Amino acid sequence: MSVHAPLTVTNGQLLLADGTITNGALRCEGGFITAIGADVSPAEGDHVHDARGQLIAPGLVDLGVFAIDKPAFHFGGITRAGLMPDQNPPLDVPARVRFAAQSGKPDLWVHPLAAATQGLEGTALAEIALMRDAGARAVATGRRWIGDSGTMLRLLQYTGMLGMVVITHPEDAGIVGKAVATAGEMATRLGLPSAPAGAEALAIARDIALAEMTGAAIHFRKVTTAKGLDLVRGAKDRGLKVTAGVTPAYFMLSDLALAGFRTFAHLSPPLRSEDDRKAVIAAIGDGTIDVIGSGHDPRGPEDKRLPFADSAPGMAGAETLLPHTMNLVRDGVISLARAFELLAANPAKLLGVNAGRLEVGAEADIAVIAPDRPWIVDSGKMAALAGNTPFDRQPVQGRVAALFKGGVTLLDK
Amino acid sequence: MPMASSSMTAPEYTYPEGALAFPHRSLVGIAGLAPHEIWFLLDEAEQWVELNRGTQKRRDLLSGLTIINAFFENSTRTLLSFEIAGKRLGADVVNMAVATSSVKKGETLIDTAMTLNAMRADAIVIRHASSGAVHLISDLVDCPVLNAGDGQHEHPTQALLDALTIRQAKRAFNGLRVVICGDILHSRVARSNILSLASLGAEVRVCAPPALLPADIERMNVKVFHDFDAALKGADVVMMLRLQLERMEGQFIPSPREYRHLYGLTLDRLAKAEPDALVMHPGPMNRGIEIDSNVADLVGRSQITTQVEMGVAMRMACLEVLTRKGRGVEGWA
Repeated sequence: MSVHAPLTVTNGQLLLADGTITNGALRCEGGFITAIGADVSPAEGDHVHDARGQLIAPGLVDLGVFAIDKPAFHFGGITRAGLMPDQNPPLDVPARVRFAAQSGKPDLWVHPLAAATQGLEGTALAEIALMRDAGARAVATGRRWIGDSGTMLRLLQYTGMLGMVVITHPEDAGIVGKAVATAGEMATRLGLPSAPAGAEALAIARDIALAEMTGAAIHFRKVTTAKGLDLVRGAKDRGLKVTAGVTPAYFMLSDLALAGFRTFAHLSPPLRSEDDRKAVIAAIGDGTIDVIGSGHDPRGPEDKRLPFADSAPGMAGAETLLPHTMNLVRDGVISLARAFELLAANPAKLLGVNAGRLEVGAEADIAVIAPDRPWIVDSGKMAALAGNTPFDRQPVQGRVAALFKGGVTLLDK
Repeated sequence: MPMASSSMTAPEYTYPEGALAFPHRSLVGIAGLAPHEIWFLLDEAEQWVELNRGTQKRRDLLSGLTIINAFFENSTRTLLSFEIAGKRLGADVVNMAVATSSVKKGETLIDTAMTLNAMRADAIVIRHASSGAVHLISDLVDCPVLNAGDGQHEHPTQALLDALTIRQAKRAFNGLRVVICGDILHSRVARSNILSLASLGAEVRVCAPPALLPADIERMNVKVFHDFDAALKGADVVMMLRLQLERMEGQFIPSPREYRHLYGLTLDRLAKAEPDALVMHPGPMNRGIEIDSNVADLVGRSQITTQVEMGVAMRMACLEVLTRKGRGVEGWA
């Protein structure tokens, strides 16, 4: 990084780490933020970027993506991505973790999430400590729940000792089976294999109990139901190391989006009822939810142009993560500062990386954002590897105007 | 409900002229059909019931047309019924046998559909194990598509032939109490029948143990029962569903014998329904499990073979109506 000239981003609205927004500039040197505030001005020889009064915010830290998709991440202002272990083959040995950790540098930092169990099968523990030392920042159960409570208990004891958070997918596998939809009128009318939404609360209840027994930290990657969120809220009140995340699909859409067997709305966990959608918004507002991620999973026609139950779950979400979260700001659910806690500071904290906030000494991951700039999502023209978005043709607001990683320009429009 | 149903009589019997009577390119499901459109198809089927009862069972309306029966899931009676229907109308009917086809070699559903389309079929009849498969194909091909059953979603021609059977015996649907008993959860026949019968004005009751009922089924305008005897009280039609033994394995019900104990249609149980209640079953039956032989064979009451007969006529009507535009029939082209 040191070969690059220092960068100064001037004339913007700085979103500071304490949540205040102030006019000023920010200077980066050697990949780190070295000065920030109203009185900062570029030094001789600096590369200067004029933010033209737009928001200067931390680059987004996207926890729980399924693919390394740089164009989509950069479009969406994402400078760091926590990569799910559900790769082919899975990230369950140190060599694959090390490779994944290097794969995005320098313009995207990939933080691999180590598979909790070998082959993500949920039975035998994977080499977690070796993977940690190879660059894994956290442990994940993948898109599956560990059904055996004894295995989960021993996993949490082990990760508690190692000081790593376990990112789990809370859906009781016995209830879910081969379900691709949430039980309800829509699934019934479409004749889709479905499971009751309560499968989530059941899994969360058990995992909270195990987290309490072990004192280990646990993060529920997506909590999407009112009952599940209530359990997380209760656990937090009791002071447990429990955190929760969600993706915009669960506060933007309900299972009504499945009408016409639209496979782009086939997600895991499946889209929920309208009441659960509203509960997710309330939980973002009251602080029960800590992280909003994209769950980015680009899937081409070979995975999506199939009958609904035969299609792969997942959506390309990196490009719409920021605008959909900005919706919550415009609707008064959260403040702008809180939005960036959910998008950057909190996931950075979970991953234990020195980013996600604008302060002196932090790594220089910077996004210049036009929070209200309108654009239209077009699945045919997305930057992502595939355009599988359930938001095709929908107008959104909020766009990244420039992006810097380690003080180096990645995007400038 | 009874108040509203009497006012629903009128539109059933009148429908617009020409293509407006059935303005759909394909028959993907009962969902989306207006009551008068269902009624129109039933009326169209009557002439084919007559024809099929005569000795000259062929009328070459579809001569020169190619109909492909693409059954991705095993079937005997539905496939045969569609094949006979097409042939009696003079069409060239081809059956695609999935067991020996390239589907087994990993070809995707879309590629198979595009292949059939490129062979310039005039109608494609599809059965597939996944809900929504027919919907997917109908969006991609240039000809009418008929759903012969997709997963647990719909089986519209079965519902139409059941409605035709009931109409022939009962003349009308308003206020008619129809019980559908069995594995509602996994049944596309139940879903299509619920939609068509409720749309035609009947009171539909579904009866099954909770594990075999889909969530929020009452939102589909049905009354839910777990007690078969209670459901049968005052019933005019008793429609039994096949218990898919291979699907049970103790997961949904403990044993076939226990199922019969609670949900088997015996003569004693049938006595709880109206004295002239019809007995129906889409087949194939598990005699002695969901239905006793002496009920299935009850002369005057059991409609099970009539259903098969109506099936051919109903499918002839569907094929004939859906190909009208392609054949340039006046008022439809």
